[in-house]
Amino acid sequence: MAEQVRHLVDAVYRSDSRRVLATLIRLLGDFDLAEEALHDAFAAAVERWPSDGVPGSPRAWLVSTGRFKAIDAMRRRARFDASVGELARRFDAAANDAKELEAGDGVEDDRLRLIFTCCHPALAPDAQIALTLREVCGLTTEEIAHAFLTPAPTLAQRIVRAKAKIRDARIPYVVPTHAALPERLDQVLRVIYLVFNEGYAASSGASLTRHDLSGEAIRLGRLLVELLPEPEAMGLLALMLLHESRRVARTSPTGELVLLADQDRSLWDRDQIAEGTALVERALSSRRIGPYTLQAAIAAVHAEAASAEATDWVQIVGLYDVLERVDPTPVVELNRAVAVAMRDGPAAGLAIIDALLARGDLDDYHLAHSARADLCRRVGRTADARRSYQRALDLTRQEPERRFLERRLHELGLNV
Amino acid sequence: MKYLCMIYSEEGAWGKMPPAEQEKWLGEYFAFSDGIKKSGHYVGSNALQPTPTATTVRVRNGKVSTTDGPFVETKEQLGGYYLIEAKDLNDAIQVAARCPGARHGSVEVRPIIEYERP
Repeated sequence: MAEQVRHLVDAVYRSDSRRVLATLIRLLGDFDLAEEALHDAFAAAVERWPSDGVPGSPRAWLVSTGRFKAIDAMRRRARFDASVGELARRFDAAANDAKELEAGDGVEDDRLRLIFTCCHPALAPDAQIALTLREVCGLTTEEIAHAFLTPAPTLAQRIVRAKAKIRDARIPYVVPTHAALPERLDQVLRVIYLVFNEGYAASSGASLTRHDLSGEAIRLGRLLVELLPEPEAMGLLALMLLHESRRVARTSPTGELVLLADQDRSLWDRDQIAEGTALVERALSSRRIGPYTLQAAIAAVHAEAASAEATDWVQIVGLYDVLERVDPTPVVELNRAVAVAMRDGPAAGLAIIDALLARGDLDDYHLAHSARADLCRRVGRTADARRSYQRALDLTRQEPERRFLERRLHELGLNV
Repeated sequence: MKYLCMIYSEEGAWGKMPPAEQEKWLGEYFAFSDGIKKSGHYVGSNALQPTPTATTVRVRNGKVSTTDGPFVETKEQLGGYYLIEAKDLNDAIQVAARCPGARHGSVEVRPIIEYERP
């Protein structure tokens, strides 16, 4: 019996501890106090549920137990420190109007509050990521440090500083107002996408042991869509799912990088593609179309093609045209050039890339040079191709990409 | 809670401005001040003379030393400040974003610590 309850407590911890934490932060007004209270509440559950029985609503029980434990701890401290007394009185007052938490109202909002607070633009970008993974996803400091190849003490300090700024500069625990929402949502999406890309880029070769950041980012994306079904939140989730669907196909069994055109499409995850495509359609139907949705739409066109040749390149170039208007960046122009090369032939794409590089915007971007090299190779300009592959090789820092480029250079060498 | 909004900008730029443009900026500052007085955010504000008028004072071993110029030489200088009362950082950021200084320079927002006398 006790064993069963123990398992149940573990299950509740996994499913609900972040929700309970989010509500405790609101009630207690402090991240550290709330974490302590969360810990105490689960310890109390392990102790009391075997004899008292499991409460009807474990989550509400944990919230109210956590809150009372925090108030108790405050009172005890208040005997030694008068300034804490004021805080304890404030919590007592808050406890009286806390009936809403049993009704469950506002509890979902608490999770949104937590996300928006962790991703507040007044926090340093790396602190936003660390805090989100720690507080919203519940990863340990060690797990996050390992995933980002950062020493644990550095990461811990980043989190401590962020929490101190939230407290001292008084970053409010709120969902942004309607007027501020688009910008703030953008910030949240950026954090989630950074987490995803960190995991995606690391998913091959030497870094297989890193925590599954892409999976964590997708979970975050799902949570956000559930709490705030904004078109771009759906677009980002779709984009991540569609990229993730190719994970197995994008590396060979020996850890070599496999380009989209050469991937074994039977390895693509059909469930993720179906979910991603449905989300793209939902986001597109909103008519408030942003860059994540457009990138997801492009990924969805790739996903439905049986092969690189059978891909609807006309549609892909069309989507890039829109993306270029919404998000006019050199990287988007580069990707569009590659799509144009597929639609109109390599020479047409090459002309665009050469113009881009002449502007100097992408001179340090290895993918610009490897794309140019590939197009030069296809039009038979071997010497130019070799030069561009070499430049890309000088710029890349990722091991699988390096090996890929070396392979290409080697092939060109044999062809001469 | 109180926040200090410090306006940093290139102080040379002001002198190079045609009078009409100076007047335009001054008008915007007056309008901003009136606006935040009306909304109840305003506590106080001042503009500073440029850094060549600055003197830095230190006392070491009981000896006063004074040096010419600001404490640190930077590309953009502190040119003035607003002390505001705001509900939280979001509120303070909204006020700072309305300040003309955010457009011709940058506004650093710092929370104020209020010490109680023992």
